[in-house]
Amino acid sequence: MRLSDPTPEGRFGEFGGRYVPETLVPACEGLETAFRAAWADPGFRSRLDGLLADYAGRPSPMTECENLSAELGCRLLLKREDLNHTGSHKINNVLGQALLAQRMGKTRLVAETGAGQHGVATATAAALLDMECCVYMGEVDIRRQELNVFRMQLLGAEVKTAMSGSRTLKDAINEAMRDWVATVEESHYCLGSVMGPHPYPWMVRTFHEVLGHEAREQSEAILGTTPDVVTACVGGGSNAIGIFSGFVDADTELVGVEPAGGAAVGRGVPGVVHGSQSYLMQDEFGQVLEAESISAGLDYPGVGPEHSHLAAIGRARYENVTDAEVVEAFQLLSRTEGIIPALEPAHALAWVSRDRASLAGRSVVLNLSGRGDKDVAQMMDILGGKRA
Amino acid sequence: MPGPVERALRERRDTGGKALVVYVTGGLGDDWTDTVRAVADAGADVIEIGVPFSDPVMDGPTIQAANDRALGSGATPSSILNQVRDLDAGAPLAVMTYYNIAFRAGLERFAASLAAAGVSGCILPDLPLEETGPWVGAADDAGIETILLAAPTGSDERLARVCARSRGFVYGVGLLGVTGVRSELAASASVIAARLKKLTDLPVLVGVGVGTPEQAVQAAAAGDGVVVGSAVVQRMLDGAGPTGVGELVSRFRAALDGV
Repeated sequence: MRLSDPTPEGRFGEFGGRYVPETLVPACEGLETAFRAAWADPGFRSRLDGLLADYAGRPSPMTECENLSAELGCRLLLKREDLNHTGSHKINNVLGQALLAQRMGKTRLVAETGAGQHGVATATAAALLDMECCVYMGEVDIRRQELNVFRMQLLGAEVKTAMSGSRTLKDAINEAMRDWVATVEESHYCLGSVMGPHPYPWMVRTFHEVLGHEAREQSEAILGTTPDVVTACVGGGSNAIGIFSGFVDADTELVGVEPAGGAAVGRGVPGVVHGSQSYLMQDEFGQVLEAESISAGLDYPGVGPEHSHLAAIGRARYENVTDAEVVEAFQLLSRTEGIIPALEPAHALAWVSRDRASLAGRSVVLNLSGRGDKDVAQMMDILGGKRA
Repeated sequence: MPGPVERALRERRDTGGKALVVYVTGGLGDDWTDTVRAVADAGADVIEIGVPFSDPVMDGPTIQAANDRALGSGATPSSILNQVRDLDAGAPLAVMTYYNIAFRAGLERFAASLAAAGVSGCILPDLPLEETGPWVGAADDAGIETILLAAPTGSDERLARVCARSRGFVYGVGLLGVTGVRSELAASASVIAARLKKLTDLPVLVGVGVGTPEQAVQAAAAGDGVVVGSAVVQRMLDGAGPTGVGELVSRFRAALDGV
């Protein structure tokens, strides 16, 4: 069994849909048709599988954390998406979408990025496939992730600053959508998470299911059974949906971890923004609130619609952690296992660490969705050069 | 039975004129309601009241800036509709906002609040045809005319379905892009107007990228009129006040009237 497909209208339960300006509806319909055809085409699949293996480095390993398990009192396994080319799970989706865009005759990729991981991955795929690339990034994020900005530029992408609103991921998405409205004939919008208008939430999930399937096999090989808990951080929620997809039919608890300052499932109410209906942090009048998180990649007031659905039907639950807990977890994994995590998956670890009592003696698979190189400079500022 | 928006635009067409719909950002400055009256006095047939939303993906920099300023000064959908109720503009009004504003309020409640404020029409640019069902049900019941956008990317078959569901008028999107003034009118403006005219008897107006009286005349040639937004809002942002904005609208009116 796998996660269910959306309805023809792109709904997961009441969530999802296709709320875009009329100009973009034909593009979304065309994308859905092209994706269905490509996914059913063995030639497309083998080209993608080849790139995932020989270019991105799949399968990513699973690491059992003996030191940290002893400290926490549970059995902790990490799905090592941090070891993929470009340093995160984002490459799975980007290679799929870039190949699809090329197949559709598009010559330009437009993307938004928060932490820069999706932007770097998109710029990488564009370089590989010789496509033009334009990445929108909020001014605040450009400041805290300047290394990734330079990476994107090295890869040949143009990085444009989103100056509106909170000047973070939400506003980068607005700018990317405005670009797409104007350039829809030659551009493909390479959306970086399981959000946006149908077919994006479903398509992006499908491209990330590979990591869930691997994790299922790897964890069963190590544990001899399915894990008790699978956990991952959730901003838009692509890495989480990817790993959840491998365990949805198992007797495994699925736990998404949101930042306390961007807890759409935890604290939001249903709303419609960026193309779909989902839980959303908003005020009483429907104005979208600005998220506040230490992690640029999770600094988003919404969440992918399928997460809202999984929460509504009770198949997954969603916790949230504070920035301070994340900083602790970031150092904890570095110190005990020699693995510097990105701030995003450090959220999932922060929850495991905080809830260690309830996890005692249980097996936990955590999706280590990205590596921490990009966050080192920010952490130097936060820790002031001192180590805990 | 056509509503006030459609009746006003048909009347303009039936008397051989070209219609002028003007967008004004609600809550922008203390005198914005005076600006609405000045716009009506200057010859706008219908006035769109923009209710600011935090994430306006169909809008360019001018209307974004107006949104931010209005929201920053504390404007809310309720405060704007309260002011509209006492407006007595002398022209039919349509609210333009984004779907989440209506969704959050509750669709029936939002539609009723428009009607109670004396608003005749509503435009939700991020609500495409396939998603309109729940909203138009509520809007129809409340007597609100839901004006749909028709884009250059749509097939004739799709445009025909959009025209069939639209009320008041059909809003032809003049170019591939978001709202804002361009140095030249896009060729696509005349093309979309001509395509829509073949598909519907509803008034066909072209908006997005219509920034000067000269462009308005060009854009109105193939259809029944134009929607002017960013050029007017820029005047408001520049502090022109009701008189200055009214003067600009008069120039659009005069150009369309060929005087």
